[in-house]
Amino acid sequence: MAENVLRLENVTMQFGGVVAVNNLSLEVNKGEIVALIGPNGAGKTTAFNCVTGIYDPTNGMISFDGKTIVANHPRGKMKKLYAGENAKRYTGVRTVDPTPDQVTKLGIARTFQNIRLWKSMTVFDNVLTAKHMRARQNVFSATLRLTYQEEKRMREETAALLEEQNLLQYASDLAVSLPYGLQRRLEIARALATEPKLLLLDEPAAGMNPQETQELGEFIVQIKNKYQLTVFMIEHHMDLVMQFSDRIYVIDFGRLISHGTPAVVQADPKVINAYLGVSE
Amino acid sequence: MKKKNKAELWIAFAAIALIYVAVAILEQTMDNNHIIFTVLKKGAIYSLVAVSMNLLNGFTGLFSLGQAGFMLIGAYTYSIFTMPTAVKLTESVYKYYEAAVKFDTGIFVGLICAGLAAALFAALIGLPVLRLKSDYLAIASLGFAEIIRAIFQWDVLGPVTNGANVMRNYLDLTDVKIPFTDIPFPPTLYVFLAAGVCIALIVLLINSSYGRAFKAIRDDEVAAEAMGINLFKHKEMSFVISSFFAGVSGALLAMYQYTVQAAQFKAAMTYELLLIVVIGGIGSISGSCIASFLYIAASEWWLRGLDMGKFLGIDAPNLFRSGFRRFVFSIIIMMIVLFFSRGLMGDREISFAGLIRRFNRRQTAGATKGGGIDG
Repeated sequence: MAENVLRLENVTMQFGGVVAVNNLSLEVNKGEIVALIGPNGAGKTTAFNCVTGIYDPTNGMISFDGKTIVANHPRGKMKKLYAGENAKRYTGVRTVDPTPDQVTKLGIARTFQNIRLWKSMTVFDNVLTAKHMRARQNVFSATLRLTYQEEKRMREETAALLEEQNLLQYASDLAVSLPYGLQRRLEIARALATEPKLLLLDEPAAGMNPQETQELGEFIVQIKNKYQLTVFMIEHHMDLVMQFSDRIYVIDFGRLISHGTPAVVQADPKVINAYLGVSE
Repeated sequence: MKKKNKAELWIAFAAIALIYVAVAILEQTMDNNHIIFTVLKKGAIYSLVAVSMNLLNGFTGLFSLGQAGFMLIGAYTYSIFTMPTAVKLTESVYKYYEAAVKFDTGIFVGLICAGLAAALFAALIGLPVLRLKSDYLAIASLGFAEIIRAIFQWDVLGPVTNGANVMRNYLDLTDVKIPFTDIPFPPTLYVFLAAGVCIALIVLLINSSYGRAFKAIRDDEVAAEAMGINLFKHKEMSFVISSFFAGVSGALLAMYQYTVQAAQFKAAMTYELLLIVVIGGIGSISGSCIASFLYIAASEWWLRGLDMGKFLGIDAPNLFRSGFRRFVFSIIIMMIVLFFSRGLMGDREISFAGLIRRFNRRQTAGATKGGGIDG
């Protein structure tokens, strides 16, 4: 059996009375491109935010590379309010609640649905700053330039990364001055600079035309092979999802309704119902 | 592009060296009681604290108003540490209390300890306060500065802080000697050197990997955290470093003033600094420095006549009386905010290439305008 990179077990995220993600379990295996799809408001981004530490799920466990990175069970006020399943299952498990930077340090990098580049910085600095986490300098050695060799190495790596993404010509432009498609690409480059094992892409093709979407798909496969990544993405462009992903998970109203290869999912009546509604 | 940057850097170094030489020459040739030396010394001290405030407010995006409190800690630490033990034991300073600190240190150690004391307080306060955002952080830090001021005037701490009384007779600018000799060091040059070294360190920090991380937090916290930057660690770091330099500048202010009293470090002082940072441009080091000197020169020198009855040769004692200076000053500041809404420098740094470009543009603009009139 293939090796799990990411594994969600019964993850439930409840905001007040609203259950945004309900008992979601899924696996992403090493070297795969897995897509998470579903109608608007299905809880896809919420699931991503649970993985990356932005939200602390109400119940369930998430493991990465065999290590538990997130674990929680209904506590405090949620004990009474909890409307999900498996309420008692994780009560014995020690709560693990990482901050997003700790998750990134483990090797999970992400991009955002609405582009979040650092606006006042150049393209080059955007990527260079993402390398800060992996640098071994401390604040004194960095200020006094005792680690100038490391700084030099970081700059060279950044230039190499930009070169490879065909962004080097824009290196000294402000990140926000780039056209939309290139900003998306820069966000992926920035995520790659953190040296991830798993890349989470939140609607990477949003706002792109079919031609650009096709290019993006090829680009994702290309970087996946080059950096031996595993890719887990949320996407609405069905051509991209069907053509490039190995497996697909479909959620609706926070629940997993179908999963399997693109062909299986496409033929599943539950998926068609979720997207198009039930025929009378 | 790289070569050009290097040339710019050398020009900047040369310009800074030139300023130092000019200060040294000025100090040797002019009457040392001239108001310009007050402006230069106080301007340099305010530059340092404004730059340290800019590191926090402009580069890390943390709106903190605790600067006066940290300066107070620095000034008191310095005065307590460098006051000769002999002075402490007599009644000349500690009149109502028995001095508790029975040792003294040199100027350099005093300055470093002043910074460290402020940094220590900042580290402790940062733990709860830095979890707050925007306005709440400003309120909490402002409150802290006020509390510190009250605590330093507290009777119980009298043996250390001399209560609400003035601290004096510690080592001041006239006690600075050229190393290994007994020749006094030129005081203005000393302040410039001390402030200059500190500002240089801040500039180096801002241009390092940590500086970029600070800017990332300022631009987008969520993205910064998602790219592996530990928000709390970096905010705390920026807060502590900024406070360290505020402490050092407080110590320099104590050296320059000869006396220190807690009552001086009011919230108004923080507002003054905030004004300097805003006028100079949030996120611009050179802007903060230029604005500091302009602010001090205007308030201490150029506009003084407005309070004294005579301004620009106009003698009008009924109009130009005490308080009128503040009135005019407010109008000037309003003008600056209206017409330079991002400060004098915005978030850019002063550069000679930029100056030349601007000069050229103005000339071409002037030429076309001139042509228009001719036509």
